[in-house]
Amino acid sequence: MEQANRNERDLLLDIRDLTIQYRTDNGVVHAVGGLNLQLGRGESLGLVGETGAGKTTTALGIMGLIPSPPGVVTSGQIFFEGEDLLTKSETEMRDVRGGKIAMIFQDPMTSLNPVMTVDRQIAEMIRLHRNVSDAESLTLAGDMLELVGIRRERMHDYPHQFSGGMKQRVVIAIALACDPGLLIADEPTTALDVTIQAQVLELMKRLKIQFNASMILITHDLGIVADICDKVAIMYAGRVVEYADKRALYTHPLHPYTIGLFNSVPDLDEDREELAVIPGLMPDPMDLPTGCTFHPRCEMAVEDCAKLRPEMAELEPGHFVACPVRARMLGAAQGR
Amino acid sequence: MTDNNKPYIRVENLKKYFHTKHGMLHAVDDVSFHIEKGETLGLVGESGCGKSTLGRCLIRLLESTAGSVFLQNESGDSYTDLTKVSASVMKDLRRRVQIVFQDPYSCLNPRLSVWELIAEPLIVNRVFSNTQDMRRRILELMSTVGLAERLENSYPHELDGGRRQRIGIARSLALNPEFIVLDEPVSALDVCIQAQILNLLNELQREFHYTYVFISHNLSVVKHVSDRIAVMYLGQIVELSGYKELFIKPLHPYTQALLSAIPVAKLDVQKERIILEGDVPSPIEPPDACRFMGRCQYCQDICRSRTPELKEIEPGHYVACHFAGEVGL
Repeated sequence: MEQANRNERDLLLDIRDLTIQYRTDNGVVHAVGGLNLQLGRGESLGLVGETGAGKTTTALGIMGLIPSPPGVVTSGQIFFEGEDLLTKSETEMRDVRGGKIAMIFQDPMTSLNPVMTVDRQIAEMIRLHRNVSDAESLTLAGDMLELVGIRRERMHDYPHQFSGGMKQRVVIAIALACDPGLLIADEPTTALDVTIQAQVLELMKRLKIQFNASMILITHDLGIVADICDKVAIMYAGRVVEYADKRALYTHPLHPYTIGLFNSVPDLDEDREELAVIPGLMPDPMDLPTGCTFHPRCEMAVEDCAKLRPEMAELEPGHFVACPVRARMLGAAQGR
Repeated sequence: MTDNNKPYIRVENLKKYFHTKHGMLHAVDDVSFHIEKGETLGLVGESGCGKSTLGRCLIRLLESTAGSVFLQNESGDSYTDLTKVSASVMKDLRRRVQIVFQDPYSCLNPRLSVWELIAEPLIVNRVFSNTQDMRRRILELMSTVGLAERLENSYPHELDGGRRQRIGIARSLALNPEFIVLDEPVSALDVCIQAQILNLLNELQREFHYTYVFISHNLSVVKHVSDRIAVMYLGQIVELSGYKELFIKPLHPYTQALLSAIPVAKLDVQKERIILEGDVPSPIEPPDACRFMGRCQYCQDICRSRTPELKEIEPGHYVACHFAGEVGL
């Protein structure tokens, strides 16, 4: 069933059983453990989770940018356009990075070079991946700036002369300069104000269609995901616990963690005295609970949850959940 | 709520300017409002709009350039102007007015243990003459804010953001204040921890009847906690009203754009998104004009030549716009 789905969907990215650890002096940090994730061509996937859920590590893993040491990819495969990125050499990965997969980082203040004008920073990317002259690459850089809504006159300015929102536009221009098939945006608007965030999200939505790129949007904000993604994956303690179409996930979330996450966001349309909270804290990634990593905080947990690591199961067509308790509940309801 | 003529705090024409090498920066520019006893006033706006500066001026962590902050005396019939009193009087008043800072990572001394951090305000103000009483009070405070007793000898770096913020809250509660400025108390925290802290602040207010000023850039959070909300833009309050009215019927074009820009975690919400052009202009030497004119779709000649005053358009609903009530609805 799952196999059939994969073939139908023309997968651009297929991550299987990815495990990434950081081996530090104090112990092994299990940042990502047995992660499975698929992304079809032209889709945008929202990767949602709290700090320390392993979202950024997953993204860095795809890019081949895990700092090593201490980071080690201990198992798994990352198929991109049918080829396993983890078997590629560093030289091959350089062509992939920026050319086929581009990344937008969270903080535009730190991801730009402060002593280089913005046109040169965009041109650098273009020259690395395309066979063009210096002059041509600078012209193309100017075109990219106009595309993201920055006037051509400003192309010789330095990053500090731009506001936060404008800097993030420059970063987007760099990322899209070589027409990548996959764009990974790691909290692209977290450092920005709401009205500026709205501008940048609007721009990203437009450009995604224009460039026909697939996108992974990493965020902790379920509102942004509702706005621009098609698929959603909820991460908890290094694993995907729920994966579904946006509509399915927002209308009837199934994993207890996803439900808790939705309930802890203050609602604009409703007055509630008390917010529902998930008791306790995220587990220490050096010392993860046995079985289901969420079981110590879960209201639905049964004895088995502490023993067996739950596998993802397709509870409804296209709706994958890693929770056997919910699976049984749903199965019972359907059997009746 | 108290009599409208005798609010708990009255802020009148408060200004805070900073000298910069490019000219005078108007961080807070002539704001007036009042705060009722026991209420939560939300203060929202984008970075650089002056909300934190205003929060600090309210409790005189910054000296104001002009204007007054009148705090009702304990008897309830007279006021003290916090901006004018001497340092020694202010020191006594500090027991009544407190602040919780945004970043639980930088506002705690990393070399003090939890116990020492919470003891600090008690020691500085010589509240207790013997250690037993002080220890009892500290443990009581720790349990009030939900810190386990076993953490008393831990250091901030050993704790997560939520627990650190709880220390910050315990410190501000130590002297039994009446008025607390909460400066982005949950912005550095994850949603689940954020929900825990918001619930805690709510419970504390119900139990001890604190008056809060809650500063945040997150409108959903502000709506959840506030009784009334003031929206700031470039050093001025552009709209102030009850929290429900503000969300149902925003009257200032900036508030309308701000509310429409919030991403909502729901599908099929029919929302006309107003995308503002450009960025917030510079707060250095602003002209006598509406601060929002450059980004406002309804801008007229009068907006470019005169600063609109904050006027009461409907009972309790104040708006600073020449065309309030006429535009956008």
